[in-house]
Amino acid sequence: MSNILSWIIWLPVIGMLVISLIPRNNSKIIKQIAAITSGIQLLLATYLWQVFDSSIGEMQFMERVEWIPSFNITYILGVDGLSLPMVLLMALIGFIGIFVSWNIDKAVKGYFSLFLLLNTGVMGVFLALDFFLFYIFWEVMLLPMYFLIGMWGGPQREYAAIKFFLYTLAGSVLMLIAILALYFTCGNTFDMLVLMETAPVALNGMLWWGMSAIKVIWVLLFIGFAIKVPVFPFHTWLPLAHVEAPTAISVILAGVLLKLGVYGILRINYTMLPDGVFWFAGALALLGLINVIWGAMCALAQKDLKKLVAYSSVNHMGYTLLGMSAVIAASGMNGSNLISAQAGVGGAVFQMFNHGTISAMLFILVGVIYDRAHHRDIEGFGGLASQMPVYTAFVAIAFFAGLGLPGFSGFVSEAMIFIGAFPVFRTIVIISTLGILLNAAYFLWAFQRMFFGPANEKYNDLPEINSRELFTVIPLAVITLFLGVYPRPFLDLVSSTLNLLIESVVTIGGYAGNL
Amino acid sequence: MSNLESLKFFWPELILSATALIAILSDLIYERKDSHKVSFWAIGGLLLTFITIRLFGGSSINGLFMGTMALDPFSEFFKILIVLSTIIVMLMSFNSSELDGYRKGEYYTIMSIMAFGLVMMTSAIDVLMFYVAIEIVSIMSFFLAGYLKRNPNSNEASLKYVIYGAFSSGVMLYGLSILFGLTGETNFFAIKNAISQLGPDSNLALILSIVFILVGLGYKISAVPFHFWTPDVYEGSPTSITAYLSVAPKAAGFALIIRFFNIAFGSNSAMGSDEWSSLNSLPWPFLIALLSAATMTIGNLVAIQQQSVKRMLAYSSIAHAGYMMMAIPVMSQSGIYGLMIYLFMYMLMNLGAFFVVMYVQDKFDGENFDAFNGLGWKMPLLGISMTLFMVALTGLPPTSGFVGKFYIFAAVIEAGNQYYWLAFVGVINSVVSLYYYIKVVRHMYFEGERSDIVSLPESKLTTSLVLVLALPTFFLGWYFSPLVEWANNSLNFFLGI
Repeated sequence: MSNILSWIIWLPVIGMLVISLIPRNNSKIIKQIAAITSGIQLLLATYLWQVFDSSIGEMQFMERVEWIPSFNITYILGVDGLSLPMVLLMALIGFIGIFVSWNIDKAVKGYFSLFLLLNTGVMGVFLALDFFLFYIFWEVMLLPMYFLIGMWGGPQREYAAIKFFLYTLAGSVLMLIAILALYFTCGNTFDMLVLMETAPVALNGMLWWGMSAIKVIWVLLFIGFAIKVPVFPFHTWLPLAHVEAPTAISVILAGVLLKLGVYGILRINYTMLPDGVFWFAGALALLGLINVIWGAMCALAQKDLKKLVAYSSVNHMGYTLLGMSAVIAASGMNGSNLISAQAGVGGAVFQMFNHGTISAMLFILVGVIYDRAHHRDIEGFGGLASQMPVYTAFVAIAFFAGLGLPGFSGFVSEAMIFIGAFPVFRTIVIISTLGILLNAAYFLWAFQRMFFGPANEKYNDLPEINSRELFTVIPLAVITLFLGVYPRPFLDLVSSTLNLLIESVVTIGGYAGNL
Repeated sequence: MSNLESLKFFWPELILSATALIAILSDLIYERKDSHKVSFWAIGGLLLTFITIRLFGGSSINGLFMGTMALDPFSEFFKILIVLSTIIVMLMSFNSSELDGYRKGEYYTIMSIMAFGLVMMTSAIDVLMFYVAIEIVSIMSFFLAGYLKRNPNSNEASLKYVIYGAFSSGVMLYGLSILFGLTGETNFFAIKNAISQLGPDSNLALILSIVFILVGLGYKISAVPFHFWTPDVYEGSPTSITAYLSVAPKAAGFALIIRFFNIAFGSNSAMGSDEWSSLNSLPWPFLIALLSAATMTIGNLVAIQQQSVKRMLAYSSIAHAGYMMMAIPVMSQSGIYGLMIYLFMYMLMNLGAFFVVMYVQDKFDGENFDAFNGLGWKMPLLGISMTLFMVALTGLPPTSGFVGKFYIFAAVIEAGNQYYWLAFVGVINSVVSLYYYIKVVRHMYFEGERSDIVSLPESKLTTSLVLVLALPTFFLGWYFSPLVEWANNSLNFFLGI
């Protein structure tokens, strides 16, 4: 299995080609093929995890093929402790997503083809190590997403789809300028590993219109990634897209796509522009704080359950930003506090993974009730606990995980983030713990309104959550609980890579004062 | 080189003119209902031209016909582009129901003559030849725009085209005569030498003459502010001709602009470091960059508001002229070959888009967005291809449109940070253009009835032509090395490297 990364990326496309050969009314076979493809992909990803050596921080399983030599474009793939959890997450959510969408009956062939194509795009972004390739995969995701929201979504789907498309494209074209600027200033290469070496040196002291080139490129890249995260004030596309998208697409969107932004910042901004990290860390922490508070306040005000969950994503992604900003704690001027930098960045990556599983669970459960009641109005339910006890139990797990109750994985990562960021951004951390409170408030309040109180007679004979739905939720719940009690396996997996990352940011990024 | 000696390097053009003559003659023989058979002769002749262009490929001679024409890989690239697009448009016209009821003999004849003029434009190195070639092209395009003589829109298109065309070529001719008055030369190289001898007191006259020449050339590539004819002409002309006008004259116009400004006004015949050297009293690169930004912005903003897909594509072709113009102020080797790559990609995707519009117009009787409703479900092949063309025109990977834009933006960014703003305007415009291109996709898939009955276009020719345009549009987005090499080599000769 020497090309395992390529197989993981391209397998869904193979599945898509097979699906395209099947007549459109054989919807059952189409679904089965999609499930088998994702299943094999999940197996491959698991195998990769098994053979991955987590004691090495560098890239493993690298693949390198000449592509367009005249522009130094190469097909380079590689996996390290930062990308492997994301690949596992995508493989898992992609597999589960197929079963979440099992009830789709409109244009089944198109739906599953696009779903698989989306999978390829996301995997490609996580594994690409050539900037050109990275950008192509980044954009390949857009069109399937546009169709999946616009064709299979809710009443306002077309508006939501085009808004998503325009927002993300605007971000990614700015990224394209930054990529080209890096290419021409840092030795005519798209090879990310080379750029990590050359960019800090080549850009040091370079001025554009009186501004440091590092700042300019940092901001261009950051906006591109921030729209994806989404960071306030670029978050307005998210609630809309989430509410209108079909359940499985919300699951993918919240579970994996939002991580692409954070992944991009860590993989690209942090390694290629370490000076910028020091310049921007304060803003990053502040933006994280705004996300936390803003997302929580908005969630508190929602009447639509799905919108509430969508805003909780804005809230949760805020913590990752806060955790990432803690990297500067390790530098000399901040007291060489390596432990808190490790806790902060490790917590951020862990939070990404946890949010992936928890928000996927939340969206699946929202979809379950929507399929039955055909609405998501929180006030429209009541006393569901007596009508659907099993469902209630799972919602309780998901909500408790979401609000960061100890014993669930979200608690561990949020605690790590606070511990990490505390020495450097004391005030921000103190204020953002308020977010936890709001977090608990909106989840518990929604829980209370939906599941307790007088039972709504209308829903007396709602069918209980069925086995297919349980099959999609249980793995996620198990992971959340397991990692909440015993997070070691995850942290061991990422620590070598993150230590290298922190080290390179801190040792190379010494010019912060010069910017 | 004397005229007789030159003839043996002139085979492609000779064959092309013979093609036009044979087409006229054969038109006399065929019955009215068989007049479309003229196209067999025309297409045959063009294929032969294509082959001869390839046969003469690689040679580089600068002084054909007493120093009025050049034969070099640079012109070869554009000749191939023009001949290819002519062949494709002729094939497109086969199934055009708009042309039914008109004699088709002249149609193909005029197109062959126009192709001849375009080919001459790409290789002219003499002001006279340059003017004659442009006029051949212009006059033939007036005919073609007004070919549907019983259709008032087509008449209007032709008349507008004539008025704008006559005016702008008059202005250009005035500019050329000022230039001749200053230098006493008509050959580009001689003009360059003469300009370098001019004193500073002739600056004003020189600037005037360049502005006037730019009016004429700007009109040909429909750059703002000389674009006002474009939407009406594009809308009124037969759709096949609109497709042709949006691609071939633009390519030839850019070829001429590059050659003329680089030879006559560049510091040396290669675009060296000291670009635009004879003209440094005005910030030319900045002015052209500004025009380019205006062209794409206006093209895009107006395209958003269009109800007719054909008119939307007309404005979008203005925007594309703007993207291509981004490469000109940069005046670097990578800028020019970026432009060449862009033109090639643009030819495929734009002809493809117009072809689908033409088909929809014939079949569903309407060119508004509503005519596309549900097309993606009724005819998956056309729907997917049109989606591909739209995505490529937007410039999203992995399509050839992205590769074209990528090379242009790369050239702009390579030129240094004084042009970053231009790249910025360019990418924001790409985002804006997504809105109206994706509108077509939205109508094809999200609106209208979903049908369970799938069909292919009736004619095999239509199906295969769509594939011929769509497959490269997709695959050139993944692997474009050969094209890049070809464009790059074409330039090396031109630059004398």
